[in-house]
Amino acid sequence: MNDALPGDRIHGFPGGLKLQHHKQVACQHPVERPPLPERLFIAMRQHQGETGRILVAAGERVRKGQSLTEAGDDFIVPEHAPTSGTVESVVDYPAALPPGGTRRTIVLVPDGEDRWAPRQPLENWPERRADEIVDHLHRSGLAGLGGAMFPTAAKLRGGWSGLHTVILNGAECEPWIACDEMLMRERARDVVEGGLILAHAAGARQLVVAIEDRMGQVEEKLREARSALGAEGRVRIRKVFTIYPEGGERQIIQALTGREVPHDGLPQDLGVVVHNVGTAAAARDAVVEGSPLIERIVTVTGPGISNPRNLLALLGTPFAHLVEAAGGYREGVARLILGGPMSGTALPSDEIPVTKGSNCLLALTREETEPTQPTLPCINCGECVRVCPARLLPQTLFKLVEAGNYDGAADYDLVDCIECGCCAAVCPSHIPLVDFYKHGKDELAHRQLDRRRAALAKRRYEAREERLQREKEARQAKRREREEKLKRSETDAKSEIQAAIERAKRRKEGGND
Amino acid sequence: MLSAILTLTAMVLVIGAVLLWLGRRLAPDEDSLVERINGILPQTQCAQCGYPGCRPYAQAVAEGDADINQCPPGGEEGVKMLADLLGVEPKPLDETHGEHKPPMVAVIDEDRCIGCTLCIQACPVDAILGAQRQMHTVIEAECTGCELCIEPCPVDCIDLVAESEPWRWPRPDPIPLKVREAAHE
Repeated sequence: MNDALPGDRIHGFPGGLKLQHHKQVACQHPVERPPLPERLFIAMRQHQGETGRILVAAGERVRKGQSLTEAGDDFIVPEHAPTSGTVESVVDYPAALPPGGTRRTIVLVPDGEDRWAPRQPLENWPERRADEIVDHLHRSGLAGLGGAMFPTAAKLRGGWSGLHTVILNGAECEPWIACDEMLMRERARDVVEGGLILAHAAGARQLVVAIEDRMGQVEEKLREARSALGAEGRVRIRKVFTIYPEGGERQIIQALTGREVPHDGLPQDLGVVVHNVGTAAAARDAVVEGSPLIERIVTVTGPGISNPRNLLALLGTPFAHLVEAAGGYREGVARLILGGPMSGTALPSDEIPVTKGSNCLLALTREETEPTQPTLPCINCGECVRVCPARLLPQTLFKLVEAGNYDGAADYDLVDCIECGCCAAVCPSHIPLVDFYKHGKDELAHRQLDRRRAALAKRRYEAREERLQREKEARQAKRREREEKLKRSETDAKSEIQAAIERAKRRKEGGND
Repeated sequence: MLSAILTLTAMVLVIGAVLLWLGRRLAPDEDSLVERINGILPQTQCAQCGYPGCRPYAQAVAEGDADINQCPPGGEEGVKMLADLLGVEPKPLDETHGEHKPPMVAVIDEDRCIGCTLCIQACPVDAILGAQRQMHTVIEAECTGCELCIEPCPVDCIDLVAESEPWRWPRPDPIPLKVREAAHE
């Protein structure tokens, strides 16, 4: 049964939207490497989790690929120097998330020599144990390149029994992003080889590369790569329908297997694990060449860019530098978006640097960003319910969050919202629904944190009460003991006196006798 | 007619007796109610309610000795949750017990601390570290901001500072209720 999964049939998923495609705009040119920027800004915590200790100080010379932060457990992923140079400073620098916020950032001035630190490939990987590969990928700083930046090692580790398939997600559903398509066109062999490495590390027999049905030559390239690697039996290439958001982790699983990842479950529960194609190529570079994750392809596109294209950017390159390499801004540029138009985040400035999850920089002009109609009250039309790929009730969630009833929203599974933006796109009242959901989810997360802190305080209070009680009892016991001793000695003294009196009496009586 | 009256009387007596017996037998579970009230309280352990901690206050609320609006750290929202749990009308926070403040943490000015351990004894959650004639410090992650350490300090070296608030997604502007309102903007 499991062998048939993912089956040959492409299933659908509920909801979703057919969007107009703009990928080709950025696919006219091959991927190019922009000139070296003057400064690189390597942000800390470019993944979900924590940052390890910073290993370098201002003034220190570093080589390309050298670790800048310590690797810890699977959620403490290290950062590496993207090129050789001198560390200028460690500062708080603007970051994409939180919007308008800053993040600890290492400022590196490249020396232009691009000298590598000694590289350590993992030779003969098919013979290696799975955890050796996972450890190596962790040391190489891998985090999901699809955008969510989930630590790759954490996803692979765990020895899930019954894990049979690794899915490489090459379906980038956002209408403008093309970095994965270009990667598969130019480095199909590396993608497939990286996928095989990930499958080996996860203990999966099968590798499925999922691409969109509109990607043209990509399928042919992947087939060639597969036969060049002699892996026809293990690798399958599947085309999914281009319906946004088919590139979402849960959606692509549903499209390929026809099964839904449970509400409180993980893809691993269905025996599959999903990685982005970019992560696969990075895994191949880490294992075969020994180069850590220090660069990625970024799509620089949109009506506000002169020569839209895909650039192979070093991590830490400011977006302004990439825009320059793409011919600069066009007249009327009004907004910068990191990611796609549906689920991306607006950037407050183009000073912000590229991170491991930066797949696309989209520049929109006034024409696209200006609201055409005012926001109106919800009319309960239900369009949002129809398009929601997570099968939620967007209008109910919106009303609950707007009313500040966050616990109520949690009961309607607000946390399952994938923030794809389909509901907001079809809303005839132009309500910015996703803004409400993001706010609501954030509020719920903070409440969770507050509850955890309250639980800690409660535990500590109870422990203290118990300790005080114990000390009090100990003191009382001691006092009782002392009193008893005193009493005893008193009675002893009394009886001694009594005995003496009696002795005296006897003597007296004896004397009289 | 008579038989009907007798039957009904008998039924009333039997049912009444059973209910009376059950009511005595299955007394409300005080402990679990106290626990549930305590679960709503913010566990600041600040004693502003007039009881020496959150659990004693919960106990007093469960027994009807204390009102539900005496917890300033819990704020209006806490009062509302207590009201929901107990099935009573929510009421405004009783300001005589203190006002609702944003989360705070205590910070010891380590240059001025003389190492008297008085604050350590006052801390209800053991969040202060130190020893006789040694400098004291507050474990920030465990401090509830209850202010109980401030009073006993003989050299006034403890300050409450606002906790570094993490970034939050802003609440979007409310949607206008009427179409006309929106159109006029």
